[in-house]
Amino acid sequence: MPDGSRSGAEYSLRIRVNGTDHAVSLDPRVTLLDFLRERLHLTGTKKGCNFGECGACTLHLDGRRVNACMVLAVQADGREVTTIEGLAEADRLHPVQQAFIDADGFQCGFCTPGQVMSAVACIAEGHAGSDAEIREWMSGNLCRCSAYPQIVDAVRAAAAAMAGKG
Amino acid sequence: MYAFNYHRPDSVSAAAAILAKGGDAKLLAGGQTLIPAMKLRLASPGEIIDLGRVSELTGISTEGKVLVIGAMTPHAMVAGSPAVKSAVPALAELAHMIGDPAVRARGTIGGSIANNDPAADYPAACLGLGATIVTNKQEIAADAFFKGIFETALGDGEIITKVKFPAPEKAAYAKFPNPASRFALVGVFIAKTGSGVRVAVTGAGSNGVFRVPALEAALAKSFTPEAIAGVKVGSDGLNSDIHADAAYRAHLIGVMAKRAVAAAH
Repeated sequence: MPDGSRSGAEYSLRIRVNGTDHAVSLDPRVTLLDFLRERLHLTGTKKGCNFGECGACTLHLDGRRVNACMVLAVQADGREVTTIEGLAEADRLHPVQQAFIDADGFQCGFCTPGQVMSAVACIAEGHAGSDAEIREWMSGNLCRCSAYPQIVDAVRAAAAAMAGKG
Repeated sequence: MYAFNYHRPDSVSAAAAILAKGGDAKLLAGGQTLIPAMKLRLASPGEIIDLGRVSELTGISTEGKVLVIGAMTPHAMVAGSPAVKSAVPALAELAHMIGDPAVRARGTIGGSIANNDPAADYPAACLGLGATIVTNKQEIAADAFFKGIFETALGDGEIITKVKFPAPEKAAYAKFPNPASRFALVGVFIAKTGSGVRVAVTGAGSNGVFRVPALEAALAKSFTPEAIAGVKVGSDGLNSDIHADAAYRAHLIGVMAKRAVAAAH
């Protein structure tokens, strides 16, 4: 049980989210996921299991995909975060977003922001060379509608489209 | 999650100074176990000491035939490191088998072995390779480090700084993962070195990672899968749960050991 020595003090931090700096004061208990959803109202990053099992909260922290539910916001102080809201350029969808639509890579859509963020990283890491490789490197993202075959189609197509663009 | 005071030192000595004040402090490494545990209130530290900015704890180097990995080095870095792939390729392969890409980006070797989850992968590599765990106070042989589930030889105020792995002649890790979590139902790390063969098993033992002398003796005579085909591994002291009973885990130890020997390189 907590005792009186736990001050509950807030900590000042600065996080860059989708290119915009945010200077905030936070209870250190706040996860990066809750910070984005409840303070910045960026609700594209989904809270699924909240325990790092489902991948719905996948985003990029300094360019690497992480589960935002298992990072404290204070750990991201001074770091750069990219969420699903930061992928499109004006009204032009990111090629991975477009590929998910074209391939019917979702049904209910709840896992989709996490799938897309994982897929962008999967392609950037060079892990989209075959269907088996895509399945392995997308394995941290669960889809309870079971759109897995279409998700693999989307990642394969997006990787090809992005490679074609050079 | 209960309230805590947050500290972010930039050196091991500064972290140790905060740790020395007591106050129910816990070190935060990659947070891939501790943060969920705090949410579940299985852990409720009063002080969190975040090692994320202690840059001296991250990195991979080789000292002669010894591979040295900093405690805060994430699994993804170990899995992708040319130095690891060259000195102990089995260790890079093991790191790649942990969790999923997002977990491997945050989770660290020091956090894994300090936590000593009975189904974690790194304890098998440490014990199988005869690693040395280096702390801010001493060096501890892997054989003396893992004391039982979630229990290690680490004392109060002690911080793992790095792990030293002597390069083996050949080694491999064979894991039968839980398909959802990728934790090991049974994982067997086998290393052949100049001084013999070591076989370490994770995921199976109700007291955590352990060695199997009967397999080691048979493999010392002949390092082939056939040499251990007749070695019976007993189910005493093995876990039974909804995923596998003790007898099945005992069977898997034999199967995974044969696969590891066949794959060793």
